[in-house]
Amino acid sequence: VKLKINRRTVTVKAHPLTRLLDVLREDCGLTGTKEGCGEGECGACTVLVEGEAVNSCLVPVAQVRGMRITTIEGLGGRHPLQRAFVEHGGAQCGICTPGMIMAAAALGPKPSREAIRNGLAGNLCRCTGYAAIYRSVERASRR
Amino acid sequence: MYASCLPVSKRGAVGRNVLRKEGHEKVTGLARYIDDIRFDDVLYVRTIRSTVPAGEIASIHCNLDRTGYTIVDHRDIPGRNVVALIDDDQPCLAATRVRHVAEPILLLAHSDRTRLAAAEVAIAYNETTPNFDPERSDISFKSIAIDKGQLDRGMAEADVIVEGEYRAGHQEQLYIEPNGVVAVPEHGGVTLYGSLQCPYYVHRALTVLLGLVPEKVRVVQTETGGGFGGKEEYPSVIAGHAALVAMKSGRPAKLIYDRVEDMLATTKRHPAIVRHRTGVKKDGRITAMDIDVVLDGGAYATLSAVVLSRGMIHASGPYRCDHIRARGRATMTNTPPNGAFRGFGAPQTQFAIEAHMDAIAERLGIDPLRLRERIALKPGDTTATGQKVGKDCSALQVLREAARRTGFSKKRKMLEGSNRGIGLSLFFHGSGFTGGGEVKLASKASLALTERGVQIRVASTEIGQGTRTMHAQIVADTLGIPYDQVEVSVADTATVPDSGPTVASRTCMIVGRLLQRCAEDMRARLGRLTPAAYWKKHGGFVVTKQYEKPPGLEWDDDSYRGDAYGSYGWACDVVEVEVDPITYQATPVAFTTVHEIGRAIHPMLAAGQIEGGSSQGLGYALLEEVVMRGGKMANAQLTNYIIPTTLDTPPMTIEILENPYKHGPFGAKGVGEMPIDGPAPAVVNALRHAGVVVSEIPATPERIMRAATRKFPLKPGTPS
Repeated sequence: VKLKINRRTVTVKAHPLTRLLDVLREDCGLTGTKEGCGEGECGACTVLVEGEAVNSCLVPVAQVRGMRITTIEGLGGRHPLQRAFVEHGGAQCGICTPGMIMAAAALGPKPSREAIRNGLAGNLCRCTGYAAIYRSVERASRR
Repeated sequence: MYASCLPVSKRGAVGRNVLRKEGHEKVTGLARYIDDIRFDDVLYVRTIRSTVPAGEIASIHCNLDRTGYTIVDHRDIPGRNVVALIDDDQPCLAATRVRHVAEPILLLAHSDRTRLAAAEVAIAYNETTPNFDPERSDISFKSIAIDKGQLDRGMAEADVIVEGEYRAGHQEQLYIEPNGVVAVPEHGGVTLYGSLQCPYYVHRALTVLLGLVPEKVRVVQTETGGGFGGKEEYPSVIAGHAALVAMKSGRPAKLIYDRVEDMLATTKRHPAIVRHRTGVKKDGRITAMDIDVVLDGGAYATLSAVVLSRGMIHASGPYRCDHIRARGRATMTNTPPNGAFRGFGAPQTQFAIEAHMDAIAERLGIDPLRLRERIALKPGDTTATGQKVGKDCSALQVLREAARRTGFSKKRKMLEGSNRGIGLSLFFHGSGFTGGGEVKLASKASLALTERGVQIRVASTEIGQGTRTMHAQIVADTLGIPYDQVEVSVADTATVPDSGPTVASRTCMIVGRLLQRCAEDMRARLGRLTPAAYWKKHGGFVVTKQYEKPPGLEWDDDSYRGDAYGSYGWACDVVEVEVDPITYQATPVAFTTVHEIGRAIHPMLAAGQIEGGSSQGLGYALLEEVVMRGGKMANAQLTNYIIPTTLDTPPMTIEILENPYKHGPFGAKGVGEMPIDGPAPAVVNALRHAGVVVSEIPATPERIMRAATRKFPLKPGTPS
């Protein structure tokens, strides 16, 4: 299967029904994308497919053939969201953080508090109570 | 937002929101959790578990081609077949009988995960009658009695006696990273990597299980995706399993639970039944408290004895009362063992006392705020164990500040008759191990001067709460060096001393204080030199300090009298809840809390603990219900075990007050657990204000519907 992951074209040998999550983590070594529940409830495995946030644990790799996929590694390390999550306490244990940041990245520019709240409703965080995540996303959008 | 009442120093690190030590790694995906680390030649492990709650194992039949499999049962255990902790009653692998569903019996391991998953094992049982009722259990893991004054005398002085029964269900920790470990056979022993809170708990359990000398066992914490107590004692079980496979096969063994297995098999918060009989004067003064607590321990003792202890000490709340009789027991049932979870017994018993306080207020016709103002502990008063609270007691301050910030009394009148209610809870939480626990632990911490600078060596783990950052701030300011020059060692038993477990709100107050003492010594030895200059001239050195009991702190474990904790944090929650008139679902719409925590070393991290803990507390209050059927969790998945999402979490206002504890580093007390004690009773009290008396949590729509005595207005916020 041919995929465009983080702006690079990658060919992986995988059963078409293999979860995108496993292809990313095991075949591509992109372990920044996490598995929290395996049933699309927690959002820890969120990546962008053609700019849209999806749960990579629910997507068979054949379904995204040839599509643009962005993972946390694809943001580099200086993305405004990444900096804001460090500076404003959006990351505690860090396990939901990559998925949370990818879901936030799909929100578009300058989202309102309500848009953030709705947009991140599919991403569970057990550490922060979300308040610091809202602050991080808002700060990032001001940059 | 949070506010701090002490001026923040312009120069030092303490009191400032410095950058989290491992922040960059966490936001870039570079942080390596156990499942992110590659091990060559690895075997995957699958745990075969009991399917019945009680019985003898009659036969085990493995229907598989054994090629490539490593199969481990209790006969492969070289040491003792126990999960070594307190009572040593729990087998690592069941040998002849099982006491709960999902009890581990057999381990299968294979390099091919598909083959491993397909293997069939049939186990037959001679079932016995299970008991799921903690009150009818014959086996008590622990009983505790607290007596203060004379109950009869206090009851005789009362104008009114108010009784109440309160129930709390299980709660799942639900760290987003499930339990997981990898065991690697090395040098005739084993090295264990894993997601865990307490490296030395695992270390001890493995030496006992494997019959190895301590030097042959090494435990290394990998980045840990949340713990909340769920990775306090449980990792000793899963580590034992992986280690047995590694030792038998001679290959690295990887054992990572999926969400369902994690929820079915691992520990949860103890369900509790708490009964109160309270003697009160008409003006609200309490003359006597008679308290009975039953905790459901599940099938094995785990930490139930200590959970009960903390629960009992907090059972009378932060109130003045001269005559108290409290009786508690943690009993055995045929359900998976319950264990540590943030708050550790105190959330259950403080839910009960705080809900009971509003029942008392209603009975006396006193405003719940006024009632609490009249009876809250003040400096010089004594707790149930006879501990005289000092100047660092802030019960009244947090109560008044929370009431002022929320306009509590005015709001309460305003909402009267609507489908909204407002409630508050006043609570406290002891920092550090209970009673003589810290003396017994005798924790150590080290500070090393190395070529690279100053290195912290502690077994305290970073599990999201900010251990590395906060410890480095304490060391930096004590040494008078920049925060960036302090590095923190990996929690690896080969290189760090035993600083005790990362639990009990002790990592800042107790271990942080040890590090401060290390840094004071190091500072004296450096003289006027910087660490780098000293290293060039004289080379490196290591300072190690051991816990010393602060003078005047006395505890007697036999009579349960004395200073139960070095210090307490104090807090007050106010929550506004709206009841949907059609679905009876209660939604928290506003949440305010005032926490007094001694000193906020890192205000943002401290606020993060308070926001996160409060959110978990709101989940405990309203959403999180573990449904047990036949001793098995029936909703062991995130689809129907509901934790708060963004949409379930109300806007939070957090205020931190600082009233220093003289033996804490820079005055700090504990903060990690306290936030989860308050939300459940505040919610239930808000519901009472809205006309629904619920005495069991979670307050699900079903429970609210049953308890509702009136119709709710269809238009929110308007009187009916």
